[in-house]
Amino acid sequence: MATKEMRAVYAETLMELAAKDPRIMVVEADLMKATGTTGFKAAFPERAVNAGVAEANMVGVAAGLAAEGKVPFAATFGCFASRRAFDQFFLSCAYAKLPVKLVGTDPGVSAAFNGGTHMPFEDIGIMRNVPGLDIVEPSDPVSLKGLVQALAVSGRPAYLRLHRKAIEPIYKEGETFELGKGKLLREGKDLVIVALGGIMVAEALKAAALLAADGIEAAVIDALCAKPIDAGLIMDWARRTGAVLTAENHQAATGLGAAVAILLAEEGGVSFARIGIKDEFGEVGTQDWLLGHFGLTAAHVAGGAKALVAKRK
Amino acid sequence: MTKEETAGLETAAKEIRKRTIDAIGFLGVGHIGGALSIADLLAVLYFRAMRVDPAEPRMASRDRLVLSKGHAGPALYGTLALKGFFPEEWLHTLNKGGTNLPSHCDRNKTPGIDMTTGSLGQGISAACGIAYANRMDARDVFTFAIIGDGESDEGMVWEAAMFASHYKLDRLVAFTDNNRMQIDGTTAEIMGLDSPGSDFVAKWAAFGWAAERVPGHDVEAIAAAIDRAKARAAASVANGSVGGGKPTMLILDTVKGKGAAFCEGQVGSHNMNFDYETAKKAIAELG
Repeated sequence: MATKEMRAVYAETLMELAAKDPRIMVVEADLMKATGTTGFKAAFPERAVNAGVAEANMVGVAAGLAAEGKVPFAATFGCFASRRAFDQFFLSCAYAKLPVKLVGTDPGVSAAFNGGTHMPFEDIGIMRNVPGLDIVEPSDPVSLKGLVQALAVSGRPAYLRLHRKAIEPIYKEGETFELGKGKLLREGKDLVIVALGGIMVAEALKAAALLAADGIEAAVIDALCAKPIDAGLIMDWARRTGAVLTAENHQAATGLGAAVAILLAEEGGVSFARIGIKDEFGEVGTQDWLLGHFGLTAAHVAGGAKALVAKRK
Repeated sequence: MTKEETAGLETAAKEIRKRTIDAIGFLGVGHIGGALSIADLLAVLYFRAMRVDPAEPRMASRDRLVLSKGHAGPALYGTLALKGFFPEEWLHTLNKGGTNLPSHCDRNKTPGIDMTTGSLGQGISAACGIAYANRMDARDVFTFAIIGDGESDEGMVWEAAMFASHYKLDRLVAFTDNNRMQIDGTTAEIMGLDSPGSDFVAKWAAFGWAAERVPGHDVEAIAAAIDRAKARAAASVANGSVGGGKPTMLILDTVKGKGAAFCEGQVGSHNMNFDYETAKKAIAELG
């Protein structure tokens, strides 16, 4: 698959699914143009519901649709999906065991020019509180397609953290994906970097190359899911290397870093550090400036890895 | 409606009240006030207006009910037990660990409950989704929803009001249990949405709904208002524009705690303690 806007992949995948599965719907809150689902609406007018600028009602309506057997993908910016409609999603969807797929777009620094008001560094942390929820952040167009396909048939509610912008493919066409399963992208003996999402997996791979030049061999895992995390895969490489560094475009205290920290604390025996947003709000700027400002670049990941490996030794 | 039919519905309402008082009284605490205020509506819905089958609670062709004011669950449980959805003995398990009858409605626990509710404002949204999905699937069924007047303080209620009107969900028939009391006082004191010059009927009409005020303890009046809503929906089919009409909101003027002297008309009846002796006395007084 070529480099492609993630929102185009999201919409195309849903349209492919919808052509075969009449249950698939999209529900939006006046952001269809942003999410890229106007084509879906043109193809399936009745199955694309626009609730207007009313996120709480969007999620409530999605719950009602799901109660009648539909599989609604309800999308808005991640800040609003998580912060504004949390109670609706928690109760009417998750507690009610209704398979609404809540889609939060523009994760973390990818919100860029929309700035701190629109920059969700907390959505995974908020959603990790929902019992039994699948939380997914695909890292490239291929994993996005595969995981949307998996979500469509899971029968469970889910939170999908969706990048809208173009992202270079990491996986080859035809790679298969499973909810709750990560992927080992690179082997290495000195540490494992567990990365999440459309920015940080790519940065982690770049960091591994930087580290290799300095004689440090980093394994890289694409977490793909922030809940449940792939405990088996992560612990396997934690034990092989003795050092784990997480990397995420989200608050490290509540996101993937927190989930992996809990796993390691319970299993024990390895050194651990986190790359991610510290206890901070978002800012406005280009994505590249934000990556640098918040310490999310490959160089930051590589620096964190070196410090961790040095501490372990 | 014949005299016999009216009398039958009044008896059903009385039986629902007895079961509601008994279930909450057996436990010793619960949302008695807002449960009793909807007893007459539930009698009309389940013993006249709604197509339901206790033997097949999820029958596709059933009419749906979302009790958005989910804390009134015990009144609905009394109704469903009376209708035969589950054994009457279940009513004494209300709120006990492992029960199928939790304080607030749960679609995964209780046969006959169509939607999980409890966080105010959410049920009316879900009812919109349910009505929309049934129209999509060309099922000629009605979705009924019951909200509280206090619940109507929630912004989400008015988001749903916009939605149902915009999508012309004329098979959505909602009711406001207008008992004029909320937890902290009368609605006039706390948040007066039904005040002269800006009342509920005007508000819902302004949002594009067919709205009317109905005496909420008069089964005949409730039944007639529901019949009018159904006739409007049928007319939209006859005109070849399925679902082209307005959703309906019936503002039911009710009394909190109606039918039980120990709590009737009391703000404190929203969630109150009372012992089983008090319950038995109130049930006896209902006759």
